Amino acid sequence: MREYFRNTWLGIYTVLVGMKITFKHLFTPAVTIQYPEVKLKLPERERNRLYVNMDDCIGCDQCSRACPVNCIEIETVKSIPGEDLGVTSNGKKKALWVTKFNIDFAKCCYCQLCVFPCPTECIYMTDVFEFSEYNRNDLIYKFATLTEEEAKEKRINFEKFTAEKEAQKTAAAAKLKEDQKTAS
Amino acid sequence: MYEYFYELTGNTILSTLIVAIFPLLNVLIVALIGVYLERKVSARIQDRIGPNRTGPFGLFQTIADFVKMLQKEDATAKDIDSKLYNIAPVLVFTGSFAVYAAIPFSSKLIGSEVEVGLFYVIAISSLVVGGILMAGWASNNKYSLLGAMRSAAQIISYEIPTAIIVLSIVMITGTLSLDKISNMQTAYFWNWNILGGAEFGLTKFLLIPFMIVGFIIIFISTLAEVNRTPFDIPEAESELVAGYFTEYCGMKWAMFMLSEYGNMFAVSAIVSILFFGGYHSPIGYLGNSLGIEWLIPFEQAFWFLAKGWTFILIQIWLRWTLPRLRVDQLMSLCWKYLIPYAFVNLIVIGIILLL
Repeated sequence: MREYFRNTWLGIYTVLVGMKITFKHLFTPAVTIQYPEVKLKLPERERNRLYVNMDDCIGCDQCSRACPVNCIEIETVKSIPGEDLGVTSNGKKKALWVTKFNIDFAKCCYCQLCVFPCPTECIYMTDVFEFSEYNRNDLIYKFATLTEEEAKEKRINFEKFTAEKEAQKTAAAAKLKEDQKTAS
Repeated sequence: MYEYFYELTGNTILSTLIVAIFPLLNVLIVALIGVYLERKVSARIQDRIGPNRTGPFGLFQTIADFVKMLQKEDATAKDIDSKLYNIAPVLVFTGSFAVYAAIPFSSKLIGSEVEVGLFYVIAISSLVVGGILMAGWASNNKYSLLGAMRSAAQIISYEIPTAIIVLSIVMITGTLSLDKISNMQTAYFWNWNILGGAEFGLTKFLLIPFMIVGFIIIFISTLAEVNRTPFDIPEAESELVAGYFTEYCGMKWAMFMLSEYGNMFAVSAIVSILFFGGYHSPIGYLGNSLGIEWLIPFEQAFWFLAKGWTFILIQIWLRWTLPRLRVDQLMSLCWKYLIPYAFVNLIVIGIILLL
């Protein structure tokens, strides 16, 4: 009999305790973050979309080789003497025209392995993570700053230069042979 | 109200239909605001924000949901008993809406001033059980049938404590008419039944603790009768999908929801009539002190709706506080606790009234 009344009392009392707690929570401010309008600050070493600072890129291809899924495509053209490519921010002289620097984010696995080998620290992770697209091809990001015509021009320049050099070389070789002939 | 429209139109059927529109409007508004409040209050209790995209503060969320529901295809499963399946939501809604016929919203807005109002309300609200069983059986689905069986067991069990408490109120007031019961608690709040009724004397003070016990019992048992949490085992989402309306969609499903919210307001109204003075103001009328007579019915409607909404808010508050009871706990609460207490309450009130 005593337990019966105890149960009754406990039933009413515990319900009231619960109601008191929920009533308190009715007036505590919400913890919701209104996502598209308000964004949480991401952690310091977050790994999201890559960015390449082309001013610093020397076209060394190390990031492309480090990539485990081969999502970075780089093509370079050697510069010819007399062309000034400028220097990177840490003082290295650039020697290559980067004609193509594509990163396919559909393939990218955000492992950050490409970031560490970069000698000029020009490829790094940003905090952008909302870049979904309807078309898969739109996920190929082109970072190269040279336009296609410029790239073509550089290529032709380089080919001309090599051809000239070759011609010079053959001419020099021929001259050397002649000299030797006349000498003997 | 009915007489007024009868004089205006001179047609009994037309005037009845016009009077019936008010409770229907009330049910729709209760469902619209009730769903919104339920979401908002639950969100606040769980430290969330709740709907806030559709309109200011998400106010149009339920309207958007309702429009969506109207557009939905009326998809049905193959092996259902289509006749019963189609009748069930209508029957459930009729059961919960018919209750409003006897509920006095104010002294001028009563569907029907029947002398056996309380009896009628208790009888007609049992129609819902039939509809729920029909829905569960016709759906040809294990979950639906389980939900319907549980619902039937629950509603029938919990009708007993409700009826006993109603009986003790009837002993005090000496009438079954809801209008007369509210009129007995007129003027100020110390005349409410929960504070011992209008008659001043020894019996009033002796009655107070027993009336409070009676109020708690009838509140719990009506909560169970409308299948609200913590007594929502008939539609327990986590175990039975949605109970007896698992197979329903679109407007038929909306009718079940409408009847649920209609029921919520109906039981709140009954409890407020029995214990809290019904449509009468707790602090006197502005219309009386200003001498504007036509204001009084509007004030009464305001107080009635305010009391009903208070109880709906308490129901929502309870829903987001308590976990669901198991079937055995549900039955032991009813048969081992509520019914004995209600019986003792009834006997003691009888003895007090004999003094």
